[in-house]
Parts: sequence; C-alpha cells; structure tokens
Amino acid sequence: MIVAERKSIPELLEILKGHKKILVLGCGTCVTVCLAGGEREVSIIASALRIASRVQGLGLEIEELVIERQCDNIFIEQAAEAIEKADAVLSLGCGAGVQAIAERYPQKPVYAGLDTAFLGILEERGVWAEKCAACGSCVLHKFGGICPVTRCAKHLLNGPCGGSREDRCEVRPDRPCAWQLIYTRLKNIGQLERLKEIEPPKNWGSSLSGGPRVIIREDHRI
Amino acid sequence: MNIKAEIYEPNIVAFCCHYCAYAAADLAGSSRLQYPPNVRIVRTPCTGRLEVDYFMKAFENGADGVLVAGCEEGSCHFKEGNLLAKRRVNYTRDILSESGLEPERLRMVNVSAAGAQKFAEIVRDMVETVRKLGPACLKRLANRT
Repeated sequence: MIVAERKSIPELLEILKGHKKILVLGCGTCVTVCLAGGEREVSIIASALRIASRVQGLGLEIEELVIERQCDNIFIEQAAEAIEKADAVLSLGCGAGVQAIAERYPQKPVYAGLDTAFLGILEERGVWAEKCAACGSCVLHKFGGICPVTRCAKHLLNGPCGGSREDRCEVRPDRPCAWQLIYTRLKNIGQLERLKEIEPPKNWGSSLSGGPRVIIREDHRI
Repeated sequence: MNIKAEIYEPNIVAFCCHYCAYAAADLAGSSRLQYPPNVRIVRTPCTGRLEVDYFMKAFENGADGVLVAGCEEGSCHFKEGNLLAKRRVNYTRDILSESGLEPERLRMVNVSAAGAQKFAEIVRDMVETVRKLGPACLKRLANRT
C-alpha cells in the first residue's frame, strides 16, 4: 500500500492561506489503511482546522468528504458537488490522488494535506515499513523475496556491505540488515547458491531516473 | 481580562470508565463530596474505546477542557484499554497544540472505583487549570462579552 503521514496543522494553515471554504477530501484506499487520510483522519484534521480557525479568527468554513479512491475518475465524480462548492480542496489522498483531483478540476486549487512517504506494509500495529521502491524492474525472485534495492540502506545488489552489527543495519540500527534477511531466507528455502551469482549493475532506466513512467496496454485501450 | 477570567465558568467534559472513574464519581456523589458542577460526565465502557476524534469533537463543540478518567495502570478491566487511551490523549494534545489550544486542556487521569476523594480533587484541579487558561475559543469569548 502507499504509506503517507499528515502534515502539521500550522503547515496546512499556511498552505490554505487565502481560502475560506475548504473541502477536506479523504480517500478510502491506501491512506485509510495507513491511518493518514481516511474517514477518521479527515474528521480529526477538519476538527483541528476548525479549532485553529476559531482560535486565530480565520473564518474558515471546513467541509468533509471521503471517496472510495481519489486516483480514479469514477470515484472522483462522487465528490463533484462538494468540490464545486469549495474555494479549495485539501486532499488527504496520496500524491497520485491529489494530482488526479487537480487534473479533473483544472480551475480549482487542490492542495496536498499529507506527505506521501513510500510503498510499504504494516509490520506491526502502528508501524509501517518501506518494502518496495517501485524501481520498475523487479529483482525479488533473485533475493528470496527480500528487496535489497529498498531495504538495504546502500541499495547493494551484491551485499552485504560488512557494516551490519548483530543483524542490524549500520545506517539505521533500528532496522534489520536486508542482506542478513536475504541470507537467512535463501538458506531456509534452499537457494543459498543464488548468492554466488554476481548481479550486474541495475538498469535504472525503468525507474524514475528514466523520467515519468507510463504503462500503456493497447489491448485495453478504446 | 483578569476580572472576566475570575467569573468565567469552564465547561469540562469528563469521559469516565464504567469500571472505575464513573464508579468513583458515583461514590463521590453518594458520599456527599463536594466538587465543582462544571464537569459533564460521559460514561464509557473503557477509556480504550475513546478515539482521538472524540476529544477533538468535544473541543470543537464547545468544551473548554476534557478529562479522560480511566482505571489505575495495570488494573484495566480490559487489560490495557487505559494505556491505549493514554497514547491517544498524548497524540491529541499534540494536535491541539498545533491548532493553537493549550494541551493542558486535555488530561488523562487514573482513578480506582474507590477513589471518590481523588476524583473530586482531580475535578477541582482541572476546573482551576482551565479557569486560569480561559475559554477555549476566542470566538466564544467574544460572544460572551
């Protein structure tokens, strides 16, 4: 899932400066699961903005709405009326959601209320960890399902670096060494031989380094 | 301003756990213990049931202070509901602070079912704290004067 976290209320007030009628628009997909932009968070942030407005005398009018998916035009349509009424939209969707709304409503200011962080999973209650860098050329099959591109701080494809301490990454000691995980995993599934293969330099052309990416499926186009 | 603050009576919402603080409040009443009438008690099955949004909505709808009263740590009827509540209260205090409200307006306390005296003291202290801080929202202050 896409993982994001909320911006601070002073930052949001600064972003929204100059607007009175604000629609706080949540998304029912990834950001709901990572507790950043779902129904509950929309309600909390809307309340915080209303309180801040009263305390600071800003006169903001805050409306709330959550749609199933902000990155999909079919669902964006459900917010049409509320978006039209608002001076500006504060989207609590991921970066894709914010841009989808902005593209659909070119005359309407649309702002990001969240900082979109990474693609990850819920490791334990309240802890989300990055697992995928969306590099566009997956190598997981070679490393026992553990991604060195994302989870090794040095992105080493021929690790380990030698700096880990007691299975911990030397860059971030609160995180496990990805190469220790890869070794253990390959050993468990009987594929340790894979580590003898030298991985050639990765082609980053399929990643963001190659420019904004588009996938086109001719068989699905109309 | 000081004169107005002296006559100002704050509205306090107290979320009280059914198994402890609510019973303590009940006992305080039965024991004829005096405490300020500014507090409005909302009984909850456990403070762990309370969410950040509940506290935010209380302030948004006019509360000047919110008290969250759960069981003593280690004696929650549902094991750790009060510990969850404590974290949520701390998180909410951060958001309130960001919004321009004093975090002292939201307080988590732990009271046993037998703690009638303690409950009365907590309410007195909370009312005094909020009275000193003044009304939660400037707009409401403007309306009153």
